[in-house]
Amino acid sequence: MFFRLFCLVSALFLVVPVDAQTDVIGQRKALMKAVGGATRDPGQMLRGQQPFDLAKVKASLDAYADAAAKMPALYPVGSETGGETQASPMIWQNKADFEARLAKFGSDAKTAMAAITDEASFKTEFPTVMKNCGGCHETYRAEKK
Amino acid sequence: MRRFLLIVLSAVFLGGVGFWILTSPALFHAVRGRAVTLPDAFQADAGRGERLFWAGGCASCHKSEPSDNKVLLGGGHELKTPFGIFVVPNISPHPRDGIGGWRFEDFALAMREGLLPDGSHAFPAFPYTAYQRMSVTDLADLFAFSQTVPAVEGRQAPHALAFPFNIRRGLGLWKWLYLDGAEFSADSSQSALWNQGAYLVNGAGHCAECHSPRTVLGGLSPDKRFAGGRMPDGGAGRVPNLTPHQDGLGSWSLEDIEEFLKTGFTPSFDSAGGSMAEVIKNMGHLNGEDRKAIALYLKSLKPLPKAP
Repeated sequence: MFFRLFCLVSALFLVVPVDAQTDVIGQRKALMKAVGGATRDPGQMLRGQQPFDLAKVKASLDAYADAAAKMPALYPVGSETGGETQASPMIWQNKADFEARLAKFGSDAKTAMAAITDEASFKTEFPTVMKNCGGCHETYRAEKK
Repeated sequence: MRRFLLIVLSAVFLGGVGFWILTSPALFHAVRGRAVTLPDAFQADAGRGERLFWAGGCASCHKSEPSDNKVLLGGGHELKTPFGIFVVPNISPHPRDGIGGWRFEDFALAMREGLLPDGSHAFPAFPYTAYQRMSVTDLADLFAFSQTVPAVEGRQAPHALAFPFNIRRGLGLWKWLYLDGAEFSADSSQSALWNQGAYLVNGAGHCAECHSPRTVLGGLSPDKRFAGGRMPDGGAGRVPNLTPHQDGLGSWSLEDIEEFLKTGFTPSFDSAGGSMAEVIKNMGHLNGEDRKAIALYLKSLKPLPKAP
């Protein structure tokens, strides 16, 4: 009887953190998707597939800065696997570098926010911010399974 | 009983001799090798060779670890595969530790036949199955470029492979199966740009090496070429299907592929990760026409469902 109770209680303790972990994985995936979504408008503007629109560009930069600020908290120890995560184990081996890159992404977005005033400045400044995506993915994103 | 023993011993002996002959680097060279002859008036040009250096992504494997400088080719990167760990060698022009002491003939032999100056077989983790398609003049330009980058001191440790893969001699058998010795030949029914793309993708670019499934013997499956595959590290990761099938690049336009090769952004503005991010940096050094040629060729491939 005591043993059963013990098992039940232990199981409850096990279940809760696992759920929380799947949750942060879901949150960071949603946030990454949002960053990709925010890149569509300015990306198409850079390719000449959409007219330049300063308000849309600023909205995208806002989304970047927001994601960069929220992201560091979404990779706690224990959330390395599960939920079809594509986060590379390298994140937890180089936590300081990973977080520094996110901080740079955020500050680049804010710098661009101030520097972009028209289409010409958009075309020179925005690609600098976009370089952060590949720079971080190269080391910290694993291939799809 | 004695007769039986004699038969067994002869079979073992003949098998051994057969293995020795079939795995001989010299025999392979005599049958499938090509003479290294350059046109009379040809002058190797390091500038032209640099384009091939980026197309080939040499630095992705050979750059000095942990440096970010892509022309320091001291090696040291470890390729973890199901066969064991390959430690990428130094190919900087250092006379003792790199390839500074090589003649062009040595370089061509390594690139086309997987033969090293000491007479041994190179492991196909070095993708000579693709490089054999390159023209001898392009190889000469690439060799000229390789001599212009800084010499880096230091030899790398030997590979750490599991038996029987650690027996280099055995690669001789593998080569008869997977190394046909043929240079790229242009398809005259296709445009010059298409041929340029086919040459870059199948030669220097060696795209199929990761983007195709492999047989149990570690060769590419010819009928599933470019249909995607497993990550060479033997992990669970998948390499995408490059054919214009719905689960490959079917929905991508020519411009989408060109943009991806230049910036790393997919049509839905996702950005490439892992080893492809490194490839994109190399592709960024090519000119727009080369990227267009690659896109044109990929769009012309036979659509195949993604390989399991």
